[in-house]
Amino acid sequence: MRLISTLSILATLITTPAAADWQDTLDAARGQTVYWNAWGGDARTNAFIAWVGEQTEKLYDVSIEHVRLSDTAEAVTRVISERAAGLDTGGSVDLIWINGPNFLAMKEQDLLFGPFVEDLPNAAYVDLSPGAPATLDFTVPVEGMESPWRLARFVFTYDSARVDAPPDSMAEFVDWAATNPGRFTHPDPANFMGATFLKQALVELAPDPDVLLKPATDASFVEQTAPLWAWYDALRPNLWRGGEAFPENHSVQQQLLNDGAVDISMSFDPASTAAAIEQGLLPQTARVFVPEDGTIGNVSFVAIPYNAANAAGAQVVANHLLDPAVQARMQNIEVLGSFSVLDPAKLDAAARAAFDALPTAPALPTLEELGPTLPEPHASWMTRLTEEWARRYTR
Amino acid sequence: MTLELQEVAVAPKGARPLFPPITLTVRPGEVATVMGPSGIGKSTLLDAVGGHLAHGFTLSGSIRLDGRDLSPLPPEARRIGLMFQDAVLFPHLSVGDNLAFGLARSARGRAARRAAVETALDRAGLADLYDRDPATLSGGQRSRAALMRTLLAEPRALLLDEPFSKLDTTLRDDLRAFTFAHIRDRGIPALMVTHDPADAEAAGGTVIELTECTPQGSRTGCPHHMRRRNPDPA
Amino acid sequence: MLVTVAFGLVLPIAAGLWQTGRAGVGVLPAIGATELSLVPLRDLIALPGFSTALRLTLVTGLGATALSILLAVGVCAAMHGRMSARASGRLLTPFLAAPHAAMAIGLAFLLSPSGWIARALAPLAGWDRPPMLATVNDPGGVALILGLTVKEVPFLLLVILSALSQIPVREHLAAGRSLGYGRGLVWIKVIMPQVWPLIRLPVMVVLAYSLSVVDMALILGPSNPPTLAVLLLRLFTAPDIGLMLPASAGALVQALLVAAAFAVLSLLERAGRVLGRWWVRRGGRGLSAEPGLWMATVLSALLFAAGALAMLSLLIWSFAWRWPWPGFLPDSWSLRAWSTPGSGWAAALGNTLILAVATTALSLALAIAWLEGEDRARRGRAGWAEALIYLPLLVPQIGFLFGLNVLFLRLGLTGGYTAVIWAQALFVFPYVMIALSDPWRALDPRLVRAAGSLGAGPWRRLFTVKLPVLLTPILTAAAIGVAVSVAQYLPTLFMGAGRIATLTTEAVTLSSSSDRRVTGVYATLQAGLPIAAYGAAFLIPALLHRNRRSLQAGGAA
Repeated sequence: MRLISTLSILATLITTPAAADWQDTLDAARGQTVYWNAWGGDARTNAFIAWVGEQTEKLYDVSIEHVRLSDTAEAVTRVISERAAGLDTGGSVDLIWINGPNFLAMKEQDLLFGPFVEDLPNAAYVDLSPGAPATLDFTVPVEGMESPWRLARFVFTYDSARVDAPPDSMAEFVDWAATNPGRFTHPDPANFMGATFLKQALVELAPDPDVLLKPATDASFVEQTAPLWAWYDALRPNLWRGGEAFPENHSVQQQLLNDGAVDISMSFDPASTAAAIEQGLLPQTARVFVPEDGTIGNVSFVAIPYNAANAAGAQVVANHLLDPAVQARMQNIEVLGSFSVLDPAKLDAAARAAFDALPTAPALPTLEELGPTLPEPHASWMTRLTEEWARRYTR
Repeated sequence: MTLELQEVAVAPKGARPLFPPITLTVRPGEVATVMGPSGIGKSTLLDAVGGHLAHGFTLSGSIRLDGRDLSPLPPEARRIGLMFQDAVLFPHLSVGDNLAFGLARSARGRAARRAAVETALDRAGLADLYDRDPATLSGGQRSRAALMRTLLAEPRALLLDEPFSKLDTTLRDDLRAFTFAHIRDRGIPALMVTHDPADAEAAGGTVIELTECTPQGSRTGCPHHMRRRNPDPA
Repeated sequence: MLVTVAFGLVLPIAAGLWQTGRAGVGVLPAIGATELSLVPLRDLIALPGFSTALRLTLVTGLGATALSILLAVGVCAAMHGRMSARASGRLLTPFLAAPHAAMAIGLAFLLSPSGWIARALAPLAGWDRPPMLATVNDPGGVALILGLTVKEVPFLLLVILSALSQIPVREHLAAGRSLGYGRGLVWIKVIMPQVWPLIRLPVMVVLAYSLSVVDMALILGPSNPPTLAVLLLRLFTAPDIGLMLPASAGALVQALLVAAAFAVLSLLERAGRVLGRWWVRRGGRGLSAEPGLWMATVLSALLFAAGALAMLSLLIWSFAWRWPWPGFLPDSWSLRAWSTPGSGWAAALGNTLILAVATTALSLALAIAWLEGEDRARRGRAGWAEALIYLPLLVPQIGFLFGLNVLFLRLGLTGGYTAVIWAQALFVFPYVMIALSDPWRALDPRLVRAAGSLGAGPWRRLFTVKLPVLLTPILTAAAIGVAVSVAQYLPTLFMGAGRIATLTTEAVTLSSSSDRRVTGVYATLQAGLPIAAYGAAFLIPALLHRNRRSLQAGGAA
């Protein structure tokens, strides 16, 4: 007993400055409403955000207003136009679900609040050692300007009732599509998921994948993408609608799969197929597959704009998202089914048990089945890929 | 109560007056008649007296009621009743409520007002029709209701715009007698516009025949092409 | 009054255009662009697919307008006199009330290769998989043209019917036919030349709308590249803020495109007048327009049927659970989409209602104040005032909304209900005003004079005579206001800073999701709200005036 109290006093002494700061943040956050700008196209994510809002309201008196975006860029634009109008405080965006080019754009233009991640008490559960996945966003150093909340892995979905053997490498998609013309497509590369599909192919086909981790130059881009365009030129004629039109995003493509209009869809969430079956949005026979050499993975973050009206509340929300109980609920296939960003090694036994007890489903792949995680290319590759694709194939 | 028109003429903006200036005195209980071809501005003359002139018309001369100049007054303050060709009853109100709309403020209290309306309906031969939809009344009934509504407002003068022209002959005679009797009863001056010489005959008051200002006529010298008969009113 | 409206209507549009225009030539100090240049325009033209987008915009916008006019005129000629104005009004109402976005979502399902029509044909054609046809989002924009036509034909029909009521059609028809001209020819040579001046402005509204539509083009139009308006929306919301400059230049191009279309319309009108006169003088009677009329009627009937099925499919989806291809009806049913109002539709419905009530009340109050002002001044409306009312409907929304947004931000007005109400009222007020003006002027002036002669002052005349007698048109105008407010997409999106989610913004977002069932709920509510408003506009006067014969049957006094 005495030992414990001594320890806790000791702990208090050691952590006083940070804890006091955090207490200040909690005090400042009380009563705030956080406008969380997040893509609103997924009902389960929307429901999860609503649940988080109930939690933070109960625990910290911070409520969440989910501003549903159809594209994260909308929130970035809003912050930009606010700065344009001289609105340097009291901005309308408090928290953004962000990563990749949008993060790069905001970071480069000094539109972000922070660094704040290391001040979050729950950041202790995240591996923030240099080079760890949560410290890089599309190879761009995060530097404490955005806080991780969910893990994303690129996967394909197919209907096992209609397709016997899905392609097991990106290269093989060409043959598969030639045998099954019109039965495969990808989202428009202007969309995140469409661009990721191209990146996935690039990572596999590039002569030197390590070059992809550095910013793209004119020369390196031409050199590394040459095999990709050859591959794509061979693939495109056999795509759905002859490769002349593309679904707007992966949700639309999932609907095409559900309708039987195509045989393969894709997602950045390995659990989404099981979740969609549960929701009646895919047939019971839908399954996940990945190319043998692995797929791109990244971490989804939340960031706070520099002019956020409720920055304190936004930090409280970012912190709560890293709570082990919240992360375990997020990973629950019946809730969201998104992989946790916490480092299992940093969790206590009870938290780990909570993760182990999560339910499973036939369409939910195990980590082994997902194979190795490939790093995202530097964000500049995605921007260039999208532009080059549009230049080549938009008439 | 006397209605006096002194050199009254109405002109569309920037144009010749519609008719030569009119000077006329209508004594209490008298029904003066204005006749003339269509489009000469008979109704416009009534608009001028009632205060309803449309934008773009200019009025010259003076109109006095009981010696008081009417021109600065808005229509609702002139207390001049209006009767139209087809009795214009408010379509959204019942017959009784139409009369109640007109009933002067001087009648106070719900019961008193209701009684006043009932009495008026009774006198117009419309007893028990308080709650009726005006659209379901016959032409004669409607005209009598309209007259009663006008009289309940206790007007100090009355303007009649071809009030009987839409009625068939027998009904016309009845209603004419009914209307003129009430006017005489109240002792208020009335100005009637009509096409029907029989109306003028029955009215028995001054009759003015309007004639057009000819194009050749100068503005001031708009010739007095009107004929007046002035039988001595009682 | 006029000053208020001028400030409320003209100022925001002018200021918005000014801001957009500045950005279009490279001046947007907010992002550090201060140099006047044509670079934004050059960047815009260099965008992949820009010329295709331009062509698509012209093809869909002009095509939909021309097709809508032809069909509406044909139907009027064929059906006039065979159907009462009331019956046709009631038939048109649901189509007028259903917002463009809801209609587009329904049509997208109806027409898609895996949609309702394909499912009905599947057993006959032996399709085990959806056919590989581009029936929606087709690169030619045919689906978008169809979608626009489904919405615009009812609008034009209504406008033409109202214009016809001012013309002695039956007499002219009888006269023309007795001179040996067929029915169709009398319509073309005699009736339409009289109708045209009365419907010119509404046709221009349709033209401007079709050339700059965003929500319907997002859902039904091609995507790679899309139409100009959608391309601009993408640029305005792109992560690279530098793209706002070419986007603004594009907004100017959009505005010029509409202006050019108006010029072409006016040229066509002039050419039509000359040719028409020559044609009339020739006295030709041989040509029969009957087959054309017949075709227009059949085509319109098909369009109406498609519209009705589209709305029905939304309702069915909202109650479905699994509805896989090629089932003609769902495999399993569920109330789940409806039973979770907390998931968003309740909040969106609430916002939509608040905005609809506020904008409609505001617009109605302004319209009544304006009309009463005209009455009290005892004068009619000047031509410029009429043009002023139409102005917001003739300038493409995307052309000034971005600039207006910058302005609102500077005033600290953005993101709240006030900004959205104002922006929506810009579009609601004109429709309310147009709907109310004719019935207001048609009110028997003697009623008001009679009231005045009975001692009723101007306020009493307004509240106890005019407003009650005009109850039906006022409520109809209000219902139109509600329908317009509910349908607003861009103003709500831009001015609400995305914070104010309405049924329409949510439905458009959800239309690119994987769950047609939830989309079905939003779209059903979105269409249901205006239809309910029209229903109320019909039932309330019928109930209040149930014992007032002359106020029924639509006849005001």
